[in-house]
Order: sequence, then C-alpha cells, then structure tokens
Amino acid sequence: MATVDLPGRPAPARNVPARASVRLQSLGLFFLLLGGSLVWISGHVPVEDVTLVFGLGDLAPRIPVDPPNAVLTIALLYFVAGGVALAHRWTGRYATVALVGAAVLAVPLILILSVALGNVTQTNLLPLLTEALRLSTPIALGALAGLWCERAGVVNIGIEGMMLASAGIGFTFYALVAGAAGGPWLIVAVLVSIGVGGLLGLLHAVLCVTYRTDQIISGVAINLLAIGITSFLRRQVLLPLGVGTGVTLSAIKIPFLSSLPVVGQTLFVGKPIFFTMFVVVLLSRVVLFRTTWGLRVRSVGEKPHAAETLGVNVVRIRYQSVVLGGLIAGLAGAWFTLETVGSFEDLMTNGTGFIALAALIFGKWRPWPAFGGALLFGFSAALGSRIQLLGVEVSGFPVPSQFLQALPYVVTVVVLAGAIGRAIPPAADGVPYEPSR
Amino acid sequence: MTPPSQSFGRRSLERYFRLAPVTVPLYAILIASLVGAVFIIGAGSNPLTAYAALFDGALGSPDRIATTIGRATPFIIGALAVVLGFKAGLFNIGAEGQLLLGALAAAWVGTWSWLAGLPAVLAVPVVLLAGTLGGLVWGGIPGVLKAKTGAHEVITTIMLNSIAAAFASYLITSRDPILLIDQAASTPHTRLVADSARLPALVTGTGLHLGIVLALALCVATYLFLKRTTPGFEIRTVGANKDAALYAGMPVQRTIIVVMAASGALAGIAGAAEVIGGSSGYLTPGAFTNIGFDSIAIALLARGNPLAVVPAALLWGALLSGAPLMQVEADLSVNLVRIVQALIILFVAADAIVRKLFRIRAPRGAVDGGPATFSRGWAG
Repeated sequence: MATVDLPGRPAPARNVPARASVRLQSLGLFFLLLGGSLVWISGHVPVEDVTLVFGLGDLAPRIPVDPPNAVLTIALLYFVAGGVALAHRWTGRYATVALVGAAVLAVPLILILSVALGNVTQTNLLPLLTEALRLSTPIALGALAGLWCERAGVVNIGIEGMMLASAGIGFTFYALVAGAAGGPWLIVAVLVSIGVGGLLGLLHAVLCVTYRTDQIISGVAINLLAIGITSFLRRQVLLPLGVGTGVTLSAIKIPFLSSLPVVGQTLFVGKPIFFTMFVVVLLSRVVLFRTTWGLRVRSVGEKPHAAETLGVNVVRIRYQSVVLGGLIAGLAGAWFTLETVGSFEDLMTNGTGFIALAALIFGKWRPWPAFGGALLFGFSAALGSRIQLLGVEVSGFPVPSQFLQALPYVVTVVVLAGAIGRAIPPAADGVPYEPSR
Repeated sequence: MTPPSQSFGRRSLERYFRLAPVTVPLYAILIASLVGAVFIIGAGSNPLTAYAALFDGALGSPDRIATTIGRATPFIIGALAVVLGFKAGLFNIGAEGQLLLGALAAAWVGTWSWLAGLPAVLAVPVVLLAGTLGGLVWGGIPGVLKAKTGAHEVITTIMLNSIAAAFASYLITSRDPILLIDQAASTPHTRLVADSARLPALVTGTGLHLGIVLALALCVATYLFLKRTTPGFEIRTVGANKDAALYAGMPVQRTIIVVMAASGALAGIAGAAEVIGGSSGYLTPGAFTNIGFDSIAIALLARGNPLAVVPAALLWGALLSGAPLMQVEADLSVNLVRIVQALIILFVAADAIVRKLFRIRAPRGAVDGGPATFSRGWAG
C-alpha cells in the first residue's frame, strides 16, 4: 500500500466553520431560552433563605442567598451570554468565553434551586466537591488509559471491558487468597487488577497492531469478553465462596495538609487510588510532552510513516502505549472493587469506560483537560445524588431518581455535541499501521 | 493482496475465495468452542457433556427449535439495524436504547382503548408504527448530532442507551404520577396491550411469533434496498468513502441523519414486535436488556451482510436458549455462552489470525477482509 494513501483520513472537511457556527448559535439560543424560562421560574421559587456553606468548622464561609433574586441575576447573565454567542461573528472569541461562563453558572443555579425546592435550608459545597473528585477517579484514569492508546494511534473503546475485567478478576483473586479480609493481599490484588488490564491491553495491541483488526470491533470484542468472563467467574467462584462485602483499601491522610482548617479533613484525606490518579495525570503529562519516548508516542500517533523514516519502531511504540493504557485501565478497575465497594457485581463499571472516552475527547487528548472532563462527569454524578438527598420537589412531585441517574449521561451528550467539533484527534488515530515496503 | 496465480486452477481458486466469508466464521466458532472448553475444564466440568446439553437445549425437540427461532427474531431485526449503520460507515451501538424506545412506544400505544375495537390487520401495524417512530427518534438524535456537530455516534449512542434505560425505568415503575404502570400488578410492568394489537404466536408456548416473518421480510427488503436502489448506493458510497461521496455531490450529512434514524427505526420495530409478540403482552423494566448489544455482535458475525444476519442470529439464539439446560446438566454458569460468543466475535474480527492458523487466503480485492471499516478515529 502506498504511503500517501492513508485510509480513512479525510481531507479537512470544508464544513467545519459552518459546524462551529451552528454550534455556537444553537448554544446561544439555548441559553437565551433558558434565561427566559428562568425569569418565569424566579417568580415561582419559594422565598426562603438559602445558605451555601463551604467546608467544616466555624471558619467555613457561609454565603446567604435569596433564591428569586439569585435566579433572576443568573437569567440576566444568560441573556447576555446567549446574545454574545448568537452574535459570534462580531464578538469572536468572547462567544466561547461567554458560553463557558454560562455553563459554569449552571452549578450555583442548580444548587440554589435544589436547596430552595428541597426540604433543607442549607447545603455544604465542600463534600460535594470531594465526592465529585472521588467519583471522577475511574473516569480520569480511564481517560488517561484512552489517552495513551490514542496518542499512539490506536482507538480503544475496550476500556470499559478492561476496567470490568480487572475489577472482577482482581477481586476474585482477593476473595480466593485472603477471603476479602484485608491485609497485604489487598495490595497484591490491586497489582493483579493492574496486570489484568495490561494483559487485555496486550490483547488489544496484538489484534490491532499485529493483525490490523478493526480497532473498534476489537474494543467491542474485549468488552463482550470481559462481561462474559467476569459474570462466569462470579457465578463459578465468587458466589460459591460466599464472600460478602470485604475490606477495602484504607484511607490515607496527606501529612500537614490534612490538618488544615475548613478543607483539610475532606480534601486531603482519601484512598490510595484516588491520590494515585493525580500522580498518573501529572506523570502522563510529563512523560508524553517532556520525554523522548513521549515524543515518539505522539509522532507514532500523528505520522507513523514519518516516525518510521526517522528510525522509530512504530509497532513497538504502539505495543508499549496500548499496554500502558491497559495497565492504567486496570488501576481504574481496582477502584471499583478494591477501593470503593469491596465486592463485585455483574456489569458494575456501568458505562464508566465510555464516559471516560467522552472526557478524553472533551479534553482534546491532553492529560489535564481530560482530567477536567472527568471532573465534570464526576461532578454531575455527585450533583445527582446530592439533589436526591435534598428531597427536591417540583410542583408536588419528587424529582424521579432515574432522571438524576441519567444526568451524567445527558451531560456527556451535551458536552460532546458542544466540544468535539473543535477537538482534533491524533492524525493517525484509528488507522492501522502498514509498514512501508 | 497477492494476486492469485493465473497459471493453474484459476476457476477453482475463485470458488474457494467465494467460500471464504463462510469459512472464517465457521473456524472462528470452532476456535471459540475450543477455548470455551478450556473454561469448562477449569470450572471442573466435562466439555462434551456441556456442549451436548447446550445442543440439546437449543435444538433437542421441535418446541426447543421454535424457542430458538423465537429468541433469534429480535436479534435478526436488531442486527439489521446495526448492519444498515455499518453500510454508511456508522457504528450504531445504540440499538439497545432504540429498541427500548420502540418497545415503550408500542407498550404505550398498544393500550389505547380505540385500538381494541380495530381488527388486528389495522391495530398491529399501528403499534408497529409507533415502535418504529420511537426508535426513529432515538436513532435520529445521534444522527443529527453527528451530522451537525460532529459528536461521534459511538459515544452518543452509548449515552443514549443509559438515558433510555433510566427513562424506561421511570415510565414503567412510576406510581406518582401513574404513567405506564399496571396498578394491579404485584411486580411493576406496563398495562396489557389490547388483544387486537398482538402478534399471533406460531407455536404456542415457545415465544415464536409472527414477528419472524416480518424479520425475514425486512432482511430481504434491506438487502434489495442497499443493493438495487439509488439511496442504497448513496449509503454504501458514504460508508466506503465520504469524501468521494461529497465530491460526487451526494448529500453526506443528510445520509448520516437518515441512516441513523432508519437504523433506530429498525431497532424500534424489533422492540415493538417483541412487546406485542411476546407471551406476556406487556413490558417490564429491564426486559430487553442486552438484545441491542447482542445485535451488534450478530451484525459483526454476519460481516455486515443483511442476509447473513439470519444464520448468525439463529446461532446466537441457539446458544442463549440452550444455555439453561447446560447449566442444569453440566453445572456450569450460563455465562459460559457469553465467553464463547465474545471469542467468536474476536476471531471473526481478527480474521487474520484465523486465516493464518488455517491457511485461508484473503478474498481477492479485499485489503483486510474485515466486515467494514469504522475506525476512522473520532473525527470521521
């Protein structure tokens, strides 16, 4: 096959500016309509004092809010943002800034509304934030797993399966050798989980790099395989063992920081994989953009034939990155069983791997922005359960729990529709590498 | 890519190549069963007993065969939906959600009182149409998003699956306000569909209903549509090379929207037919879990061919309907079948492995012999 004829890499589509325009204008219209409905809502919000608290103890800041006025203010800001976005031809870059601002404003808006409509008068923001951070752990790790694969040019939609398999097999190992009762075996089990992720990464690499299987189908097959193997293991091994909920990784305190007033007890006390996530994000960023090997990975994902000409072993680099991605996905899997729940249920990853991919796309294949995307989804999940706790009622009916469960998925769709047009994947992402002859 | 030898036996070689699309899946099934046997031995059972029980459970009696075919019916239509997406280069993972929306629409419309007065010839199409519309909307959303904003359908459809599941759970279980729930029922399910709107059973007590005829008809219709009509040609061109299609003046964006909507509509029919053809006549939360995902696997196994969907779906139905007997007789989890299924897909997708193992040559003209190419990264 000729080198220039890279399949499936269309020339830059000429309709991209049109798409961007449609996106900005429809988002602008959306916020105008939202602003309009908020004006109506502000007249119907119960007039009661709402307090937003941040942190623990007497030092924690307390912000009193008057719901109708606050909603009205946000509505006016939405009118401004919507107008700026609609007129993007004249406002230029400010259109995007206004939309981002409007999106951020949704957080206080939802909180104020839920407290006003709920059966409490105040809510604490710091636990919400820590819960969001905690829930974004597997999403961020999954996104980094995807980042390593895709930066090397291999699409990986099997992250979900890699997480599920490592969660299930890691926990099965833990239950078999230690009865899920804690101790040093717990750490070994985390390592087993990571190893399972790495093995599935290796399988993906063999299929996609060596045998040039369609990468999306390979991912689907890995997902199916993980579902089959874990539910088989659960019925054949875990259920007969009768191991219930076991001991999970214990929380660690970051010295000094955890004794800070207001924020220390919530932000700097957590479980190991949670903290490891930050390390992995940081390391990914440094290795990918500041080392020779990272440069090779990126070159292989952008222009493999050019990289090969310069002496880079494309196949080896792709193997290394995809396996590394698998290892990270394995760590994410361990989060579910060994750090959080202490037991294994069928399908317990529940789409997290796919949300992670959305976070990766949202973050435009870069480590910290991808973490930001993960935080967004973690936050919407945390917000959903917080709203449920607040007992919010709308015109006499409680908000259905299903709607709140669906919130992170809705956010994913909205974010993807809003973000991907500007997100350019690595140029050779998804293109099987055919060595030049 | 090696041109076949011109000198000897060219005709027989060509016949051999034409067989290749069948031989690879057959060998894939063989290898998957062998690997499955390893799992069976690992679980302390006898693979021969297990597979014999599986076979017996799937095809051991006329009723069991009917059950297998009945089980395959929604798979045929669902896989057809996925195949249609494949042809346009779209990977519709959302069949699961679209099927559920179709089922919801059918379960809702089927209880309308004026339907009960209509003859079945009119009532059944009305309900099927409702299911079609339900799926069409749910498939159209990712189509529009893809065409207008570039949001990749793989992610959006997966998210819409979860949203559909939550939506269905709300509609079916909510008692305050009452939406679709049958208040008299002890476990939550929707109200019973009117008798006139039910698809008649072909073999009573087996789950085989008239929907199978519909499924087969849809297969042939889709095949002819893709092969013989101008829109079908446009769809295939968009799938093969979007830029070429654009250059030829084809409406690429409109094709993407239409195909996603049509794919959703087919999945919706699958859901609707199961609601009005199934033995219960109502919809329970989580009733059709996994049918959509299995349909994807079947579409892959059929290598994107609308007619090959039928045998692939029958194989799938047989594996699933035989599994319970295997569980009883060989003391094995039914999930063993899931492992075997995943391995089949794996080896069909990675046909290069199978070809290498069994020395099968790739068909002429095909670059990789794969069923279709989807992985154009996230921007395509």
